[in-house]
Amino acid sequence: MSPVLDPALPAPYRWIASERASDVEMTQAIADPVFAPVGRAWWIAVLVSLPFVLWFIGSIGWLFYKGIGIWGINSTVVWGVAIANYVWWIGIGNAGTLISSMLLLTRQQWRGSINRFAEAMTLFAVAIAGIMPIIHVGRPIYAYWLAPYPNTMALWPQWRSALVWDFWAIISYLLFSIMFWYVSLIPDLATMRDRTRTRAGQVLYGAFALGWRGSARHWNRLKTLHITMAALGVPLVCSVHSIVGLDFAASLMPGWQESIFPPYFVVGAMYCGFAMVIILALAIRWGLNLQAIITANHFEVMSRILLMASIVMGYSYATEWFMAWYGGQHSDRSVVVFEFTGTYAPLFWALLFCNVVLPQALWFPAVRRSLPALFVICVAINIGMWLERILIIWNTLSHDYMPSVWRSFHFTFWDWSFLIAPLGLFAFLFLLFVRLVPAVSMFDMRELSHKEGAA
Amino acid sequence: MTGTLIAEFQNPDMLCAALRQVKEGGHHALDAFTPYPIEGLDAELDIPPSRIRYAMLAGGLIVAAFAFALQWYSAAIDYPVNSGGRPLNSWQVFLLVPFEVGVFAAALCGVIAFLRSCGLPRLHHPLFEIPGFERATQDHFFLLVAAKQTGGAIRDLRDVLEAAGAAVVTELRQP
Repeated sequence: MSPVLDPALPAPYRWIASERASDVEMTQAIADPVFAPVGRAWWIAVLVSLPFVLWFIGSIGWLFYKGIGIWGINSTVVWGVAIANYVWWIGIGNAGTLISSMLLLTRQQWRGSINRFAEAMTLFAVAIAGIMPIIHVGRPIYAYWLAPYPNTMALWPQWRSALVWDFWAIISYLLFSIMFWYVSLIPDLATMRDRTRTRAGQVLYGAFALGWRGSARHWNRLKTLHITMAALGVPLVCSVHSIVGLDFAASLMPGWQESIFPPYFVVGAMYCGFAMVIILALAIRWGLNLQAIITANHFEVMSRILLMASIVMGYSYATEWFMAWYGGQHSDRSVVVFEFTGTYAPLFWALLFCNVVLPQALWFPAVRRSLPALFVICVAINIGMWLERILIIWNTLSHDYMPSVWRSFHFTFWDWSFLIAPLGLFAFLFLLFVRLVPAVSMFDMRELSHKEGAA
Repeated sequence: MTGTLIAEFQNPDMLCAALRQVKEGGHHALDAFTPYPIEGLDAELDIPPSRIRYAMLAGGLIVAAFAFALQWYSAAIDYPVNSGGRPLNSWQVFLLVPFEVGVFAAALCGVIAFLRSCGLPRLHHPLFEIPGFERATQDHFFLLVAAKQTGGAIRDLRDVLEAAGAAVVTELRQP
């Protein structure tokens, strides 16, 4: 429990579960965990995640040395875990900025409790996602050929290629997300600068706070910039994941060439990303003692969004099946039959259970308010969404137009490595993040506290 | 400027009340420093509306136009690839990259314009010398005011601020 803010049950205010949360208490509750000595739980988490980081680095090294033949891909199923990972990670990466911008534009006051770490989640996930296409291209030393630059070969990138769109989308989005995150971090860095007692903290927080004084003019400009960036961020996020959808939809393969793919991928990204935000919110709430700031009501509203997204996902799956039947193409219908009954059918049924059936439990208020149940559902959604992405790849490639080339994908050790090890890297980066900057936006929470009358 | 005072308040309501009285007394309210944005304070202080969005629009459009021109030049002029007689200027798909980089450029221009209009970044500011000013980013609310240019106005201004509940009033002098 936080030594500063006592969580009171039932919550006296809608978004703050504490009788009183003055400016100084709010600041202390969020900033003190950063200054406090490192606890045992943090060290254990770091020691657990560090081997995964090394494993990931080692796997990339081995891949660079041996080539992509170490994976279970073959001449028929030419895409595998790297592409599924790419779509999955960038989906998670899309959610942070999307959630934060949409909640800002729709003036949802509860965003203050989650936006900071949701955006940090975006940065780390997009960075990991960006690695995946590079390691997938087979000759990563030439990855820079994606960039247009005057070269002795007198060549230009093929602008009509979805891979080139990906390159620009990921770079633009990653840089945009860093700026969006940093701009809203400046006032909190100034608070950290003014609270820290160490010389190194003063220098570093001071440098990154850029001389912020909290002047009325600064706040006015910050608000204008932040809301305008949010208005740009929403279409940017949608376009980024739409382009990921176009990687598939711009092909001529059965099961991929569908106009529903871009919006369906965007909803999938938001769905899986929101599930990840809830998992991280549970971890941060417990780890940093923020029970008064991330309340049961926050989980309640996030669960409702998950429920809505699961229904849209179910509707999208049904639309795909219907269109395959209605389109009348034998190859399309055959892929759908293969999904339900073919080699990967058990995984497909698991996907439907995780993404569509299990989240229906969120109709019940008791489930929405039970944190263990919510955790299980969110983990299941993330697994289900990964299965969805890998099955989009496997089902189509394994069941192409030409029956004579039909083959299956078989997992190798290195497929498992690239699936599991990045999770450790993500956790490791997140652990560093919560020790370096306030995981919740302090100025937003002060404002919210005054609005709620808790200050 | 001589006759400049900075007053420290414990809550935003006191600051807003003091601001109104300062203006009624004919003095000048220069700026306020608060731990979170106070609604309506920028209007009270007559802060002109920001022009950040124009910079964002211009930067975004220029970079997007450049990206489109680059694609058009490289695909239609410098390195034409005739693929089944399809048009070289595939402008529909050439719109994707300009959109992505245009949004990024708009955001970058916005951040630069934001820093410029705030006078940031800077390593130091004279206000940081004021004892207790570090609470402006935590829980106290500061009002920066200048006395009107008449004799004894500074004393009057100090009285107004103290009557409005200022915990500390500090006079700023040039070194």
